[in-house]
Amino acid sequence: MTSFDAIVIGAGHNGLVAAATLAKAGRKVLVLEAGSEVGGAARTEEFAPGFRASSIAHLLNRLHPDVVKTLELEKHGLQFARADFLPSVALSKDGPALMLHGAYGEVLTGANSSEQSAWKDLRAQLLRYAGILKPFLSRRPPDLAGMSLMETAGLGQTALALKKLGKEDMRDFLRVLLTNVADLLDEQLEDIRLKGLLAFDATLGSHLGPRSPTSLLGLYYRLAGETGGAAGAQVLPQGGMGAVVAAIRAAAEKAGVTIRTSIAVARIIVEKGRAVGVTLDTGEELRARTVVSAINPATTFLDLVGPREIDTGFVRKVRNIRMKGDAAKLHLALDRPPQFTGADAAAHKGRLVIAPSPDHVERAFNPCKYGEFSPEPVMEITLPSLADPSLAPDGACVLSAVVQYAPYALKEGWVAGKPKFLEAIMARLEAYAPGIGKSIVHAELLTPADIEARYRMPGGHWHHGESQADQMLISRPVSGWSGYDTPLEGLFLAGAGSHPGGGVSGAPGLNAARRIIAMRG
Amino acid sequence: MAQATRKRPVAKTEDAAVSARIAAQSHFRILRLGTPFQPRLDALAKTQDWYNWAGYRAPHSLRDEELEYFAIRSQAALFDISPMTKYRIEGPDAEAFLDRVTLRDVTKLRPGRVHYTAWCDDEGFVLDDGTLFRLSPTRFRLCSQERHLPWLLDSAIGFDVVVKEETEAVAGLALQGPTSFAVLRDAGFAGVEKLKIFDLADFPHDGGTVTISRTGFTGDLGYELFVPADKALSLWDRLMTAGELRGIRAIGYTALNRARLEAGLIVANGDFTTAEHAIRADRLRRPDEIGLGFMIDPEKAHFNGRRAILEARARRKLRHVLVGLEVEGNIPAEHAIVYHKKHQEVGLVSAAMWSPMAKRNIAIASLARPYGDTVVEDLWVEIYAMRELQYQKLMKRAKVVARPFIKLDRRIANPPADF
Repeated sequence: MTSFDAIVIGAGHNGLVAAATLAKAGRKVLVLEAGSEVGGAARTEEFAPGFRASSIAHLLNRLHPDVVKTLELEKHGLQFARADFLPSVALSKDGPALMLHGAYGEVLTGANSSEQSAWKDLRAQLLRYAGILKPFLSRRPPDLAGMSLMETAGLGQTALALKKLGKEDMRDFLRVLLTNVADLLDEQLEDIRLKGLLAFDATLGSHLGPRSPTSLLGLYYRLAGETGGAAGAQVLPQGGMGAVVAAIRAAAEKAGVTIRTSIAVARIIVEKGRAVGVTLDTGEELRARTVVSAINPATTFLDLVGPREIDTGFVRKVRNIRMKGDAAKLHLALDRPPQFTGADAAAHKGRLVIAPSPDHVERAFNPCKYGEFSPEPVMEITLPSLADPSLAPDGACVLSAVVQYAPYALKEGWVAGKPKFLEAIMARLEAYAPGIGKSIVHAELLTPADIEARYRMPGGHWHHGESQADQMLISRPVSGWSGYDTPLEGLFLAGAGSHPGGGVSGAPGLNAARRIIAMRG
Repeated sequence: MAQATRKRPVAKTEDAAVSARIAAQSHFRILRLGTPFQPRLDALAKTQDWYNWAGYRAPHSLRDEELEYFAIRSQAALFDISPMTKYRIEGPDAEAFLDRVTLRDVTKLRPGRVHYTAWCDDEGFVLDDGTLFRLSPTRFRLCSQERHLPWLLDSAIGFDVVVKEETEAVAGLALQGPTSFAVLRDAGFAGVEKLKIFDLADFPHDGGTVTISRTGFTGDLGYELFVPADKALSLWDRLMTAGELRGIRAIGYTALNRARLEAGLIVANGDFTTAEHAIRADRLRRPDEIGLGFMIDPEKAHFNGRRAILEARARRKLRHVLVGLEVEGNIPAEHAIVYHKKHQEVGLVSAAMWSPMAKRNIAIASLARPYGDTVVEDLWVEIYAMRELQYQKLMKRAKVVARPFIKLDRRIANPPADF
């Protein structure tokens, strides 16, 4: 039997990035995937005969440039030009849509001139501030217990970047850092459609409303991502998100990675405080010097390792990671493209957002605190088949939408709640795209409960842990163990549950692999 | 307003629930709880010298500290240990659970045996020490100084085990001293002579059972007895009656504290600060720093703190050491500062006394390594002796010596001697 230096559990995009990076550094790497396909929540799947959509993540806006470079993804067909950048569209029920063009609104249309200039200032400020935080994405969180020279230098650069802002700007950066997005928007903007869009973006994928403290961080996190070298730019990959994963997979396989699918890991074997391999659900044992878990941190420690092999305090911390998702995913197979009110052809190819105002987003959030879904949900919609006809039969259309708020722990339960929530979503869609209901061939709604079951994401949370201030940086996944290594020697974490977090970035996978290489693991 | 104050049925139920909750929380009305033996203690308490032991009213002394101390060493002393925190740990995974929580190898602790152990947090800092009683293959009792229920419950995640606090439900007595075996035999506990040191067994008492173990905190021949709280007074009376001619005497903590110091035993939050109580980062102690390194077994299954403890050993991160000292002269060096070469501060005495048994001036001290570890020469303690309203500062030579300070053959003699 072939022996491997490293076993990577989970062939989500982070697992594949970690595997490819390790293989490029000369390790013999085996990737084990429980599902029948690689890609995790970043696949392209057929949800109705002839209709395909990106399963969970449908927009690419933060694939890390270091990942693209390290894995030479451009050679594997992943290239994005300025022309591919998608506009963001704030839809209105009555009247023309407001649009942010280029890389997160280099040009704003559909608003008056004073709003345009206000936006120009705010956008520049947001990008400036996000730029301060951006370097943190591509490195380990600082190790407070024993900071290396490199880490100290890195922090020093951040301090320098802060200083370079100038006194006033630095004060403002610190003033707003942990504030809520709604207050900042109210300070600087007038147009509630624009504010609604930004409020939605800041809170997308988290258990926060625009008036929740720290909600501005979500916007920074989005703007710290880049595509084609432009911060905040977003694209719809041709062939769906599965194509991105296919490119990463190709890079991994070219580097010599072995990938086995439909192989579930039952246990991580621990001997004397060291992870030495895995036991498959077939009972087969595979051993390696390094085990990399690119799946959920709670699943890793509570299920695969088990509480007996780790300390009580660590079990406590892992159990306390908040990871109850609030976002649902909707896939509609439509017999013809829908027509959203006030949106032109270019807008239809963009990211269409139904979030009429910050108040609206906040009201959508309110019920989810009490275990109820939003009666008037907010959502971002893409129609990927408009630019990529291969995703739908001729003349038909795919609609892919992320919908909030759908609390994982719905009080009435998702069996009873799902049809009601779908009805609420359809009512919203009908209001913005009259007649859409009649064109539906098939509808698939994935609630957090469905996402949990289908993609092995506890709590149905795509980020494998809330991306909030207390679960970021040195506290992700848990305090004391944010640097990809774990209390078990030879076991590393490489998934979205680790710093910097979720989204199709590959950053956790890349950072983890770098750490393993640095530790000669 | 009228509407607001009108009581609707729903509000009434809520009110009832609130009053029930308040009634269940009336503990704060009693400043110090009494133990199940309180009526007997109160009757004997001539000195009225009480202290707070884990929320209970416990005696420093009852009549005379000296007589009470000598009851331990020459007769039989009866000490109420009911306030000691007690957990009942039961289930198919009880052994595995305790093996993960505590330092020593629980798989080696046979049913009917007791061992002294300690437990640590993730960083390997000692949370507490205590005794573990294996009552059956699947049932244990863990006794300790501090309370640990949240820690134990969180530690039970992933184990088929039930952890229950039984401090209030179970009353405890320590019967210590040379005549303690004779007292038990005369009280009718047939077969008690079979108990070797650290053995335990159940005996019938008052229509129920009492668990008697040959354990104690005195370094002397002695036993500990655990009974359901409602059988506490009858047990007390049974022992007192049987022991009358054997010099049995109820004692307070001061006497016990002396005996335990002679035996070289440490007290949590007396001789070291437990991890959950320590506020200052340098007060935390790993087992190797308080003389409990012998409990660490790297070969046993995983236990809390293992990684940190072994790493601290490998990287030589152990900063302190707990030692026994013999101090020149006869003035107790209680809380004295320890010096190297009379001028460099290297540690502190946590307990000290003139030992009537050892006929030596003894102390337990925590020193900063390498002092007390590899550097043991030229150590001094600074004692402030109050002499007719003036402190006289004494610099006395201290020698690192082995603990225990006294070793009594009768503690482990089999069969136990009849005095």
